Order: sequence, then C-alpha cells, then structure tokens
Amino acid sequence: MTIALDPPKASFRLGMLLYDTRYRSITIQVIFMILIVLGAFWLVENVTTNLKAAGKDFSFNFLWVRSGYDINQMLIQYSSDSTHGRAMLVGLLNTLFLAFITCILATVIGVVAGILRLSKNVLVSRLMEIYVETFRNVPVVLWIVLVNAIMAVSMPEPKEFRGETPTAQMMLFDSVAVTNRGVYFPEPLFSRSLGDTDIGLFLVSNDFLAIIAVVIGSIWAYRRLQSNATRVQNATGIRPVTWWKGLAIIFLPLLAFLVATGFHLGYPELKGFNFVGGVHARNSLVAMWLALSIYSATYIAEAVRAGILAISRGQTEAALALGLQPSLATRLVVLPQAMRVVVPPLISQYLSITKNTSLALAVGYMDLRSTLGGITMNQTGRELESMLLLMGIYLTISLIISVLMNIYNNSIKLKER
Amino acid sequence: MTELSYVRTEMLSPQKPPASETGIVHWVRENLLSSWGNIALTVVAAYAIYIIVAAIGPWLYRSVWNAESLQDCRAIIEARFGEGKTGACFAVISQRWQQIVFGFYPRELYWRPMLTLVLMLVALGPILFSWVPRQVLWFSITFPAVAFWLLWGGTVWLPVMILLGFVLGYVAFRLVSQFNGLAGAVLAALVPVLWWMFLCGAAADAAQSVVPIALIKLGSDQFGGFLLSTVIGISGIVFSLPLGILLALGRQSDLLIVKTFCVAFIEGFRGVPLITLLFTASLLLNYFLPPGTTFDVILRVIIMVTIFSAAYMAEVIRGGLAALPLGQYEAADALGLDYWKAQRLIIMPQALKISIPSIVGNFIGLFKDTTLVSFISLSDPLQVVSSIRANQEWNGIYWELFMFVGLLFFIFCFSMSRYSRYLENKLKTDHR
Repeated sequence: MTIALDPPKASFRLGMLLYDTRYRSITIQVIFMILIVLGAFWLVENVTTNLKAAGKDFSFNFLWVRSGYDINQMLIQYSSDSTHGRAMLVGLLNTLFLAFITCILATVIGVVAGILRLSKNVLVSRLMEIYVETFRNVPVVLWIVLVNAIMAVSMPEPKEFRGETPTAQMMLFDSVAVTNRGVYFPEPLFSRSLGDTDIGLFLVSNDFLAIIAVVIGSIWAYRRLQSNATRVQNATGIRPVTWWKGLAIIFLPLLAFLVATGFHLGYPELKGFNFVGGVHARNSLVAMWLALSIYSATYIAEAVRAGILAISRGQTEAALALGLQPSLATRLVVLPQAMRVVVPPLISQYLSITKNTSLALAVGYMDLRSTLGGITMNQTGRELESMLLLMGIYLTISLIISVLMNIYNNSIKLKER
Repeated sequence: MTELSYVRTEMLSPQKPPASETGIVHWVRENLLSSWGNIALTVVAAYAIYIIVAAIGPWLYRSVWNAESLQDCRAIIEARFGEGKTGACFAVISQRWQQIVFGFYPRELYWRPMLTLVLMLVALGPILFSWVPRQVLWFSITFPAVAFWLLWGGTVWLPVMILLGFVLGYVAFRLVSQFNGLAGAVLAALVPVLWWMFLCGAAADAAQSVVPIALIKLGSDQFGGFLLSTVIGISGIVFSLPLGILLALGRQSDLLIVKTFCVAFIEGFRGVPLITLLFTASLLLNYFLPPGTTFDVILRVIIMVTIFSAAYMAEVIRGGLAALPLGQYEAADALGLDYWKAQRLIIMPQALKISIPSIVGNFIGLFKDTTLVSFISLSDPLQVVSSIRANQEWNGIYWELFMFVGLLFFIFCFSMSRYSRYLENKLKTDHR
C-alpha cells in the first residue's frame, strides 16, 4: 500500500500558462492588456498623423476667444463679445435647466398616469394605457418636431391679441400669452431689490438667495415646533395645538420678506409687433419641454405601476392588523417599499432625460450641444476638442447621477443576514 | 301524521339573479360607478374621450386622398363639406408614401427591399416561433448576406465569399481541434480574418469573371426613409445582443483587467447621448483611422448604434445574471462544466429569460433612436418629412405626415413589445 505523503511538487512548466486554470487567467489578461495598449497606441498615432496632415494642433485655447454669435435663450449674461467658454457655460446651463423642468413635469404626469393606469375604472385605465403605449412606441424626435410644428403653425400671432375684438386671448387672468413666437410668462420683480452678487461666473440675485434662506429658516423653525409638541405630548399625554402656529411660521416670514422687498409680477404686454416684459420662453424650449416630458412620463408611469404592483397585499393587511390607520399604513409600510422599486428606474429615466435634451438640435434650442458642439465647433474648426469636451461633460453629469443613485440604492437595500 | 304540509316536497326552480348583478348593468356599476370618486373619474374620462373624438373624428371624416397640393386639398374639402371646414389631407401620403418608405431608392427596384422584407420574415420565423421547422434556421444564418446583396446590389459573389470565410473557419476548426483544441480555436478565428483581408475580394472578382451574376449596384446615399431606419435598426439589434452578452460577462468576470475595460466601455458609452456618438461617426472617425481610409456612412452609423446599444444591453443582461441564484453557478461548477459550457447551458438561458422584457425594451429604444440619423443628414423618415414640408405644394402640413411616420414606427415597436409578452408567458416556469 502506498501512501502519498507529499503532494507532487508543483514545478512550473510553460504549458501551464495555457492549461492550468491558475495561470491561464494571467495569460489571458496579459494578452488582453497588450491588445488594449496596442489599440490605444494605434488610435493616438492615427490622430497625431491626421492632425499634422490637417495642419492643426490639439489645444483648448479656443475657449478663451471671442465667440461672435448670439444665443437667443439664456439664463446668465452673455453677448456675442463673450468667449466660447462662456457660450459653452450658457449652453450647459440651458441643458441643465431644460433637464430640470422636464424631470419635474415628467414625474408629475408619470406618477398620475401610473396610478390611474391601475384604477379600477376601466375607462380611465384604458385611456392611460392608450396614452402610454402610443407615446412610448413612437420616437421622441417625432413628438418634439410635432409639438414644435404645432406651436409654430397653429398658435396665434402676437398681432391677433390686439384690437377691440382680438381673435386670441391671454390665459390665466391676462398673465400668460401663448403665441407662435413662444410663451410669455409674468416675471417676478422686486421694487426694492437687494441687488446681485457676482460669484465669478455669473450674477446671482440676492433676493433669490434671501428667499431660499427665509424658507429654510422657516422649515427649521417648523421642525422645532413639531418636535417640541411631541415632547410635550410624551410628557403630558396631550398634544398642543400647532397647526396655526405652523402655518404662521411657514408663511409669515416669507410674506413679510416679499412685502419688504416690494415683490410684484411683471406682466407681458403687447407693444408694437410683439410682447414686451415678462419671461419669454421660445417655441423651441416649450416644444422640448412638453414633448420630452410627455414622452418620458410614459416610462415613469410604467415604473410607478410596477412599483405599486410589487407590494404584496399582505403588507397592507399586516399593517392594518397592527392597528395602523390607513394613511399611516400607506406612509410607513407601503410607500417605503414601493419607493425601493420605483426610484432606481426613475433616476435612470432622469438620466436619459438629461441625455435626450441633446435632441434640442431638432428645434434649435441653444443647449450645450448647439453651442459647444454646434456653432463653436463649426466656427473654430476644432471638432476633436469640442466633441471630447462635449462628451466629457455629458459623461460627468451621467456619472454624478449614477453615483447618487448607487448611494441611494445602498441606503435602501434590504439588509439580509 | 299525514298533515305535515309545511314540508316542501318539490324544490323551487332557481331564480335569475337581480338585473343589477349580471350583464352589462353589473359591469357598469362595478367598473364605472362604484363610488362617487369613481363616478367623477368616469365623467372626466368620458369628457376627455369626447374632446379627443370631437377634435379628430370630423377631421378624419373630411379626409381627402387625391389632390396635387395642400391648397388643392383645402379647396376640395371646402367644396365638398362647405365653407371654412377643415379636414385631413391624406393626399400627401398617397402622393409621397414611396419617398417616406424607400427614400431615394430607384422606383423600378422597389421589388428588392420588398423581397428582402419577405425573406426577413421567413428568416425570423424559426427564431421567433418554435413551430417553424428548424431547417429554416440555415436560411436565417445566411440571411444577412442575402439581404446585403439584395439591398446594395453588386456581384453576388462578394457576400458568398464572405460567408465562405465562416465555412473555412469552421472547417479549420474541425480539422485541427482533433489534435489540439486550443490551436483549433485560434485557427477558427484567424483563418476567416486572413481570408477576408487578403483573398476574399480577389476570389469574388475571379468568380464574377467566370460566372457573372450581379444586381445593379446602389450607393448608401440612395437609402432613405423607413428602409434606412429598418436597415440600421435591425443590424443594430442583431449585432448588439451578442456584443452586449460579451460585455456583461466581461463585467462579471474575475479577470481584473478585462473587468475594468468592460466597466469603462459600458459606462463611457452609456454616459453620452447617442447624438454625440453619431456626430463622432460622421465628423471625427477620419481622425482615428489611418489617413485615406474611408468607409460607408451607413456602416459607420450601424457600428456606433451597435456599440451604444450593446452598452445598454450589457447592463440589462448583468441585471439578469445578478438575479440568478448563486446556487445555479455552484451547481454548474459541481457538474464539472467549464466556464463557457456553464454559461451556455446553465447561466445564459436563465439570465436571458429573466431579462427578456428589458432586452426587448432596449431593442425598441434602438429602433426609435434610428431617427437620430437625420441629424447627420441621412434621410431617415423625419428628414424626408421635413423635406416634403419644405416643398411648395405641401408647405404647412404636419399632422398627416407625422401620423403616417408615427404609425409605421408604432407598428414595429408595438409588435416587438407584444412579442416579448408572448415569449415571457411561454417561457414562464414558475408556480401558477
């Protein structure tokens, strides 16, 4: 009888690089690495050769050169004397602004549609199903172009608002004018304004900052009030009446501030051939906003529906059996679980809304792609730099949103032991 | 004792349920009028439907299918239905539908895309439905080459020789792998590549000079309309699935370098809008290629769309892989299967099944995204529509054209999503 006292000595042979699973992974990775490096080297080599052949260099200096073109919709000061870099910033802010308002509207429509689609009322749920299926099965560009065409062709001209018997009417107590040149909203004005602060890149209205500060302060005070009430309740068993104090704390400071700074609305008025005053949202912005919202809302509606369906009925019943009121059962048991299902697709929808804002090209809204990746690129002839910068910016935005989503996902993950 | 008359001797025949509990009355009460809130919803929904129908119905009813221009259309409608009436002018579609569907494809050659479509349906049969005979799969495999030849034309020998590359690779694999499995695999990859790079073109020319079979050759600039969308969309779908699977496997892999590369690739392409990639394809690709290289613009777009979609596909499939219980991987290992066998026989069938809805969702997204090629001045349906609208005769028309294009896309995308429902139900193995 032989007993193997020692395992056979592992001696390394060259063939083991291929046949031994311990070494094969290293071989594969080394080969893969070599291929990647070769490929990257090949690309860089080609770019240098091609740039040299075209007589160009690789530099981002064009960003500090006078741009010489106008942007028709902007959130910060900009003129054709500004630099290309500033045009890029204007475009970036336009992109983010459009993405922001679209996310809000899409969420509102999507949540409503998602809930209604589960309604027991056949008429309503069918209607919502038709809405969802119609809009998500047709390209979003088509919706954008269509809304833009409707705005440009079917809306009244500014001159139709004039005269004794105008053919067109302003909406919402004569405050909003929908014309074929865009939509005019009233603008907030302060007769005793606190002025602006220059934070280096652009001016920020002090009034705006002050309002945010006042609101945050009010909310903090309201929280204090509530926790104080809870303390009293725990000590004495009787909860003090807080609702009018709460209302006062939330609204009075803001009201006082608005009165003090002389807040009023600047209404758009028809002067000459066009409306003057107010905020002018161009057709392109309105078309992008509406079309993108209505389209993206269908995906949000599906996510909301899936989230609600994912919560088994037993959860509600268990909560009710524990003696929770229906409202508390919804708030403490159903919603937190539904949120876990709804929020990840919701955030990835926000991400895709942000990327879809680049379709503004279809209607000529001046977003990041139209400034940096459009006019700037064509004027300076710096395709490579502009596109790299453009992609880099979009990538950064996406990665930031992904990181936020991962943080959220980890915080709500089921703790399994 | 016989006076027990209160015992009933015969049964009453069952009565009909009350009218409010059966039939349409019950249905309406239950579904539309069960509570005050429900009644309010019903009223609002009915009003919404009324508004929509009242807006669209008469407009559709007063439609005109034969006219030369928009003014013509309006005149016909006013003559037929009275002053000031408006209606749909579908004449623009009966006049221009060829352009929207086929782009600038020569009119006398329309049979080629039509035939391709029919053949495509045949080729899809065995992939989509299990009742189609399996032998048809051989046709499905050759279909890409057939479609390429039919659509672009030229000599028949080029696609044949390209297909021959695969055959050669397979033959080399079979011959050599008897002696050495690894060498067989390497040869199976190397032989076709060498064939395509060096011999394929010459062989095609030689065969053409011996047996000349050719169709009229068409350039990619003659592709347009829905044909272009379909070509890009279907090619993207076909190529992005395998690439996406590879990327997903790479991302789940233990090999650090492979994993890092795949993560960077996926996140990089997912993070930018497709539009920027298309611009890269049309403007920048020449910077990244050796000087003097040019290749077809449709091919460039297909490559970009494929890569973009594969990055999304990888994430979807990764979700399926992650949802699979760990026991499945361990069971595959315990059976002694190697990595590729385990993936092919155990992991992938289940992971793909889990992710069917998202995969099809991705396909639909890709198909809709083909409209973006209009921004790099390829004439997709939307580009054709805007060129029709820029025309003197049809200036000012939009609903009818967009409805038509939207309908075409809707048919494709909706049938894809319905098919995925069908497949989901068919493959469902959980407890009923």
